[in-house]
Amino acid sequence: MDSVVLLQRQLVDYTAQLFNEGFLDDQFNQLQQLQDESNPDFVVEVVTLFFEDSERLLNELAKALEQQSIDYRKIDAHVHQLKGSSSSIGAQRVQKVCIAFRNYCEERNIEGCQKCLQQVKNEYSLVKTKLETLFKLEQQVLAAGGSIPWPMQ
Amino acid sequence: MVILDLELDAMAITGDSRSQFHVLAVDDSLIDRKLIERLLKTSSYQVTTVDSGSKALKFLGLQEDEQSNPDTPFGSPNNHQEVEVNLIITDYCMPGMTGYDLLKKVKESSSLRNIPVVIMSSENVPSRITRCLEEGAEEFFLKPVRLSDLNRLKPHMMKTKIKNQKQEEQELEISEIQSDEQQQPVQLPSSQPQPESQPQPQPPALLLQHNNNKRKALEEGLSPDRTRPRYNGIPTMV
Repeated sequence: MDSVVLLQRQLVDYTAQLFNEGFLDDQFNQLQQLQDESNPDFVVEVVTLFFEDSERLLNELAKALEQQSIDYRKIDAHVHQLKGSSSSIGAQRVQKVCIAFRNYCEERNIEGCQKCLQQVKNEYSLVKTKLETLFKLEQQVLAAGGSIPWPMQ
Repeated sequence: MVILDLELDAMAITGDSRSQFHVLAVDDSLIDRKLIERLLKTSSYQVTTVDSGSKALKFLGLQEDEQSNPDTPFGSPNNHQEVEVNLIITDYCMPGMTGYDLLKKVKESSSLRNIPVVIMSSENVPSRITRCLEEGAEEFFLKPVRLSDLNRLKPHMMKTKIKNQKQEEQELEISEIQSDEQQQPVQLPSSQPQPESQPQPQPPALLLQHNNNKRKALEEGLSPDRTRPRYNGIPTMV
């Protein structure tokens, strides 16, 4: 019984930290509100789609920036998609780098674009690790017989 | 006990009346389709999702005349809208046919014109918003769309329901009279103090008045809760 409460507290604290550090924004709460008994895995499903989509786009971006003549319209289209999917799940820091990325794209600034690709890769792998940890904690709470205290706000 | 029963009943009716509404959601992003589908289903709407404007038009039964693309099959030549769609919600930025293009096609079609269209976009571009609203879009939602945004959909669907109902006015009157007959045992004793002493002409007049009130409530369509007009009589009875 005590261990369940401890795990639940750990989950709540960890989530709060992700919000405080700006990894997640209120859109993530919205996702949690859409999860219910009839859709118990909704958040994990959507976030998994985000992982798959992001990895595809990051690969495409790396390829596009290696080309001899750079197709900025293509790059902008990829970044636009990444910005959209990150904002849809509330991955705020990824979304913010995408905004800067698109500005460099508009300026046709290759160095700026390369710098942003590194940043967005970093932010993506950070938020991915954090979300995976969060889901693991949720599983531990459930396995211990506890319930998930969502939505938090 | 009575109050509890009525509340449950009212909830059931609310759910029922909303699930009569069918929304067609158009978005090229799989994540955003999942999201809008859940949002709409959580709000008790029936949902169909498609990933492009041309698939939306196909679902609506509209032939694409201009773009005669032999690669994409567009159903039988005499296809028409078989499933009723009460509202279209579409992303603005899509490859090929944009949400704006789809909006224009719908508004140019005599058979689809009455379906309300709502545009979603991740970018807050005022000229884009104005352009869509001028072309006949009912709303412009900034992405990501939130549950609270969806409250703005229902009044638009009510309006078209009424347009359709006007076309089938006679049918509507029959069903209204039938439902009023079922309600009579509840309504009449409270509104008519002396039911036995009066001759016959009175009840039909009452019935008619009740019908008018009901239709007025429907036509106004402003009440966010459709069930409310129906339960006006309850407080006086409890």
